[in-house]
Amino acid sequence: MEYIFHILILVSIYGILALAQNLVMGGAGLLTIAGAAFYGIGAYAAAILATKFGFNIFTTLIIAPLVAGLIALMVGSTFARFRDDYFMLATLGFLMIFNTVVRNWESFTGGSYGIAGIPKPHVFGFVFDTPLSFVFLAVVVLLIVTAITYFISRSSFGRVLNAIREDEDALAIFGYKTSTYKLMAFSIGAALTAWGGVLFASYLTFIDSRLFTVNESILLWAMIILGGIARNRGALLGAFLLITVPEALRFIGFPVDFAALLRQCIYGLLLVFLMLYRPKGILGKYKL
Amino acid sequence: MKNIIKTKQLVKHFGGVSAVDHLSITIPKGQITGLVGPNGSGKTTLINLLSGFFSHDKGAILFSDTERRKILPWENKIYNITRTFQQIRLFDQMTVLDNMLVVLTERNPFWSLFEKHNKYHIKQAEDILGHLGLYEKRFHNAGDLSYGQRKLLEIGRVLSMDADTILFDEPFAGLFPEMIKQIEGIIKELKQKGKTIVLVEHNMAIIRSLCDYVIVMDAGKMLAEGSPEKVLSEKIVLEAYLGE
Repeated sequence: MEYIFHILILVSIYGILALAQNLVMGGAGLLTIAGAAFYGIGAYAAAILATKFGFNIFTTLIIAPLVAGLIALMVGSTFARFRDDYFMLATLGFLMIFNTVVRNWESFTGGSYGIAGIPKPHVFGFVFDTPLSFVFLAVVVLLIVTAITYFISRSSFGRVLNAIREDEDALAIFGYKTSTYKLMAFSIGAALTAWGGVLFASYLTFIDSRLFTVNESILLWAMIILGGIARNRGALLGAFLLITVPEALRFIGFPVDFAALLRQCIYGLLLVFLMLYRPKGILGKYKL
Repeated sequence: MKNIIKTKQLVKHFGGVSAVDHLSITIPKGQITGLVGPNGSGKTTLINLLSGFFSHDKGAILFSDTERRKILPWENKIYNITRTFQQIRLFDQMTVLDNMLVVLTERNPFWSLFEKHNKYHIKQAEDILGHLGLYEKRFHNAGDLSYGQRKLLEIGRVLSMDADTILFDEPFAGLFPEMIKQIEGIIKELKQKGKTIVLVEHNMAIIRSLCDYVIVMDAGKMLAEGSPEKVLSEKIVLEAYLGE
């Protein structure tokens, strides 16, 4: 049963990440590879605040999104001027800088040793230290993120993001300062992504820089594209499928190392096949 | 004659080519000004410069006698100006209704987070779509419309914007006669409402029937200007434009 709870927690965490990045990638059509960086910023913010300053993880659920949103606002003020592949390269550069900083700033981030002993969340004396209680917490955060992304996608703001995805220049003619919308979407996406990072750090109780590489960003892309770009339920479906299906590899009997490599190959192949045969994904209505 | 837009010695280069070459023109307020000239004469470039799609290299553009050093597209709402495109540019993967609503949306990004279109906005959009004969298509994706319907939807977005100055870049190109009549009617209605219209068009019959004033361009320069009857009978215009 604990294994099922573990899968549910991962599905919830990746559901949060996919929903948050779908707002940027699907909603506004911004091809971002910075997802893993904001995931890491959320995780490191929670880990550092909890282990070095004694913050409760619940408090870090408020602070970490603010930190990630603020960083996104700072870097995004430059990135918002870019489009398409230039935007993608800029976000890739940001992810590389993030990785270099956390790997080398040992006194603060633990460097390549990472940060261990991250506490479980607790409230009114109740500690979320059992898998079942953590499932409950992860699902509640997932529901909040789902509600926020649903609210945004139904608002005028969401409609403008979609128009940016379709034709940014034509939209600007109607009096929209599109860079501000892109910057806001990027920052909101980063803040929501940080929630996934906080939950992940607290659940695993250990993090290091190898957990937040470009592979994680590609996995998020695969989830969003598989489920259906710009569809919230698509992002959730993508997260569910790409967490549960590769788990089946465990039962086939491949060696652990080989299974991990095979998973990466599956994600890559999946992206290629989707682009060739189903660019809109399973539930999608849109193409990038 | 009151003017709304003026250019003074306006210059735009693309590499070594002068698309607009020291052009000084005046667009009169509340009238339909035709912008004619052979292909490559700089008409669309001029529309792109006036709408901030391109930035000019030299010279000045004045709106209501105020010089705008740099025209930013998102300021068009402030200056009450909008345009259509020679190559139709719709939000293809959005519905026809959403294409209209996006023009009616709150422009402040923060407040737009909390705005959901109310019945008033939806009625406004649906009324315009009804006027254009696109009401039945309102839930279809813009990309699924026929060429003529796409042209109409682009004009519908312009009507939603309710700007004082509208730049039409070849709105009749490729349309069958009935649709041409429909769009002519819309442009006449806009003029009756006091809108200033700039119309890039190759069809001289349409220019004669719609325009109050005509500016002829060739190689980025102004060749002639005045009433359609006067300008379109000038020898220099006939030679340059009609090859006569």
